[in-house]
Amino acid sequence: MLAVTELCAGYGGFQALFDASLEVNAGEAVAVIGPNGAGKTTLLRAISKLLTPSAGSLTFDGQSLARLPAHAVVARGIAHVPENRRLFPRLTAEENLRMGAYTSRSTYAERLEQVYALFPRLRERRHQVAGTLSGGEQQMCAIARALMSGPKLLLLDEPSAGLAPVVVQSIFELVRRICAQGYTVLIVEQNIRQVLKVVNRAYLLEAGRIVKSGTAAELLAAPEIQKAYLGL
Amino acid sequence: MSDIFDIFLLEAVLNGLLLGGLLALLSLGLNLIFGVIDVVWICYAELIMCGMYAVYYLHVQYHWPLVIAMLGAIGIVAFLGWLLHQFVIRPVLNAEPINQLLVTGGVLFFLQAAATLAFGIEFKNLGVQLPSVRLGEMSFSAARLIAFAAALGGVIALWFFLRKTYLGTAIRAISQDRAIMPLMGVDPARIFAITSALGGALAGLAACLLVLQYDIHPAIGLSFGPITFLICVLGGLGNMVGGFIAAFIFAQFIAVGGFFFAVEWGYVIAFVFFIAVMFWRPRGILGK
Repeated sequence: MLAVTELCAGYGGFQALFDASLEVNAGEAVAVIGPNGAGKTTLLRAISKLLTPSAGSLTFDGQSLARLPAHAVVARGIAHVPENRRLFPRLTAEENLRMGAYTSRSTYAERLEQVYALFPRLRERRHQVAGTLSGGEQQMCAIARALMSGPKLLLLDEPSAGLAPVVVQSIFELVRRICAQGYTVLIVEQNIRQVLKVVNRAYLLEAGRIVKSGTAAELLAAPEIQKAYLGL
Repeated sequence: MSDIFDIFLLEAVLNGLLLGGLLALLSLGLNLIFGVIDVVWICYAELIMCGMYAVYYLHVQYHWPLVIAMLGAIGIVAFLGWLLHQFVIRPVLNAEPINQLLVTGGVLFFLQAAATLAFGIEFKNLGVQLPSVRLGEMSFSAARLIAFAAALGGVIALWFFLRKTYLGTAIRAISQDRAIMPLMGVDPARIFAITSALGGALAGLAACLLVLQYDIHPAIGLSFGPITFLICVLGGLGNMVGGFIAAFIFAQFIAVGGFFFAVEWGYVIAFVFFIAVMFWRPRGILGK
């Protein structure tokens, strides 16, 4: 479904991503794991074209994303939940969801019901200003906002970052349920132990390069990952 | 004696209310632009001046019916707002605020000079005389009543637009996080262009209402540009509710102060109040 081939990207003169290649097939949940500053966020920003890649190719459903401006990517079926959630703080939860449906207005009412069924808490909070929601609720709202566009592929950037440990558990549970509903998910995480329990496959990104890939079980069992990231 | 006095005071308060509606409309467009694009259109009142000339020429010169001429003028000023954004603001969108202020200041003098060249310095008016409306002992100008009603209508329509439509929600959202708007499928450049045209249309509406009450000349922007600014700043620049409240406060100072002393004193008191508020709340009544 998504094919990233030898992608390079960076900010100004600083290159953050070197020849990264990965693949996500329909119905799969795939993680990109790695330490802080490895280039994980850069990878997602390049896929949704917030950042213009300096080299390499991106194809989605067999079509190149190269010439697409960032605001046309959603309509192709890629929704991106950005780092730090980035809700519109002075809009209500429901107005945030309405922004998520900006490109697919005819299905708004129907999707709103689906999203509220998935996140009942959001229905209770729907008239509350997003900036006053708790961290976990904000993350739910951010994911829900992305689902409002009816994406084929969901990009999740560190959904567990900055949340209390108990809340992290429930967010991963939600991610598991979203995968179970048949969404294709590409998730970027530092919380390696948790995320590998949720996804099918994973890539390890270190210093801008993909250094290892395999099934979640293979990576969990890999000695270098156990040593460097799981503290075993 | 005291009855008569009360009636005239009431008349002054009500006239202040009518003036407040007009001032609220004046501040609305400027606040919208600042709140969304984060740029101050110093030349806002000059756009209104252009709108007044547009009404005048379309109606007096080309004999369009007045209402059609006014709609035409609103369209023209909306287009001017769009032009201003595309050719003046867009190149300096990420520049220092002082540079943005200076370019729109440049447009102010450009528009004044261009209007002087194109239209001459003599005063022009529509020649429309609207009657006074009598209510018991009190009398109100029909032009002010119309202006008040239209201003209120404009404010309410804008409120609904910003609250209830996708585009309006996007306009509010973009001022809160411009960088992620593309992730919503929204092209920020397009929203800015639409907002600028909308700000222009509001200036055009203000022009239609002012042209009923005032003569037109190239420097007319100077007579209500500064007060529009002060109202926006008093309410909290970019805060439309604050601007709305501030407009009515200012108008009461002018109307009631003018009733007790003289109209000029009304302005003096209003500006003293403004300065006092700036010491107390430098970011305006509802500023953050």
